[in-house]
Amino acid sequence: MEALLLSIRLAVCVSAILFVVGLPLAYWLAYSRWRGKFLIESVVALPLVLPPTVLGFYVLVAMGSRGPLGKLWQAAFGHGLAFTFTGLVIASVLYSLPFTVQPLVASFESIDGKLLDASAVLGAGRLRALYRVILPMSIPGVVTALVLTFAHTLGEFGVVLMVGGNLAGATRTVSIEIYDRVQSLQYAEANRMALVLLAFSFVVLSIVYGVNRRIGRRVWSPWPAK
Amino acid sequence: MAGKISAPLAALHVRVERRNAGNPSFQLDVSAEVLPGFTILFGPSGAGKSTLLDCVAGLLRPDAGQIKIGEDTLFDSQIHVNVPPQRRRMGYVFQSLALFPHMTVKENVGFGLPNLPESERLSRINEILRAFRVENLSGRRPEEISGGEKQRVALARSLVTLPRVLLLDEPLTGLDAELKSFIVADLRAWNAEQKIPIVYVTHTREEVEALGERVIVLDRGRVVSQGYPHAVLGAPRSRKLAQALGFENLFGGTVLDLSQVDGVMRVRLEESTTEIEVPLGYAAPGDPVKIAIRAGDILLASHRPDGLSARNVLEGNIVALEQRGTTVIALVEAGVTFTVHVTPSAARSLGLTAGKPVWIVLKTHSCHSVSE
Repeated sequence: MEALLLSIRLAVCVSAILFVVGLPLAYWLAYSRWRGKFLIESVVALPLVLPPTVLGFYVLVAMGSRGPLGKLWQAAFGHGLAFTFTGLVIASVLYSLPFTVQPLVASFESIDGKLLDASAVLGAGRLRALYRVILPMSIPGVVTALVLTFAHTLGEFGVVLMVGGNLAGATRTVSIEIYDRVQSLQYAEANRMALVLLAFSFVVLSIVYGVNRRIGRRVWSPWPAK
Repeated sequence: MAGKISAPLAALHVRVERRNAGNPSFQLDVSAEVLPGFTILFGPSGAGKSTLLDCVAGLLRPDAGQIKIGEDTLFDSQIHVNVPPQRRRMGYVFQSLALFPHMTVKENVGFGLPNLPESERLSRINEILRAFRVENLSGRRPEEISGGEKQRVALARSLVTLPRVLLLDEPLTGLDAELKSFIVADLRAWNAEQKIPIVYVTHTREEVEALGERVIVLDRGRVVSQGYPHAVLGAPRSRKLAQALGFENLFGGTVLDLSQVDGVMRVRLEESTTEIEVPLGYAAPGDPVKIAIRAGDILLASHRPDGLSARNVLEGNIVALEQRGTTVIALVEAGVTFTVHVTPSAARSLGLTAGKPVWIVLKTHSCHSVSE
């Protein structure tokens, strides 16, 4: 149970951070006309193709007591980053980045450019266009991004193992716990957790698809009319 | 006018040059002054009309030039001024209208007024909705109203902010003439008080004639003529423009000889033996030319006429005859096939029928040589 709660806490933290970080990044990727944009797009998509061990390895090196991030953290907070919950959050943010950014970019790019032109001509700056036009028209994309990020973080294994290790209460997430149980031949225990994770993932995805479908019919909108 | 001056009369001055990265052969190079009131920007599709409006609105950046409203500079490449669109205070109604689909009519119209106190904001919205006769739709979404209503809402949304210039990019396409004239009447009524320059883009000749205002004709990125419709539309300079203007007869031809003294040249049409005399153009014997002739400028005679000032009299046969509304369209074969418009009564008194021999009479100055 402890492992499951830890996994959920991790997924909530990562989703929240990625929404705040991913939104401006997605906005930039969707609307920038910079020629070198493809390089940033490639970096954002890297976690999709890299083995988690490779990503985890470099994050671990950076966070280690002699790595740049580790040193900085040590100087600021008096303890290291590797094998802590915070370290796990940082690694997971990197690992789940494309799952937040890509649905948002796709959603932003599908908005008719003329609507943004109209918004500008009517006096709205970029921020107002974002809040009154782009985001309200991207609700399915936002919901998809949040849920994919949450679910992906919940299920991650390799990166956690590399960066977090296996410390009960701090870094032992549910997927690690399942692995542990299987290694020690406790199949019944493993099965119970796997089943919880399976059911949870299914329920979450059902909610997303259900909500997206309803938004498609404009029944529900979290953006109140001004 | 009751002596009420509600807005300063500020003209729009535009001088823009812009090359298109995707199409190196196209270059916009326009200089024009647009006075308060309606001005029609006319040209065939691809002439650069929308590009010009986008430059004026600040959505596209010209390579060089200057854009001013009265004395207020919006763009000047020399002193590096480029006011962003949200601070230009312009109204722009796009061809697609671009109403926000997730907002109601009222929210759409109020979008441009975020900083007003709520009561004033509401009264401004209601006032403009009434002026454009859509106050009963305020709670609907764009998908729930008709095409004509959408166009009225888009106009109201653009005008509620009291813009200094209104740009209309073929906003009334797809509406029937009657509905169109109602909307234009409401727009004129609104502008009788505001007196701002309104640039109305169209590519159809009917709209130009219906609005009957000053016209700027744009072709291949350049202003080719400006003035009042009858003067401007009578003499096209290019094949595409002639087509857009509704010149029903467009023939390829070869220059046979030129007479500098008389200011005319003789042209053989297509591959036929038909020769006509047209006004002198920049051409040499043997050069290919295009000749545009309006169907309504051609006379038909049932007997060979003589004692006429018209220089071109061609013998031919009627191959087809069709009445459309109050116009009889005759196709006359005279080496090449001419399209001729006559009135039904003229067709009756000449006894026009298919197969009947007729004579085509063409004034030299009804034949316009146009470039490709």
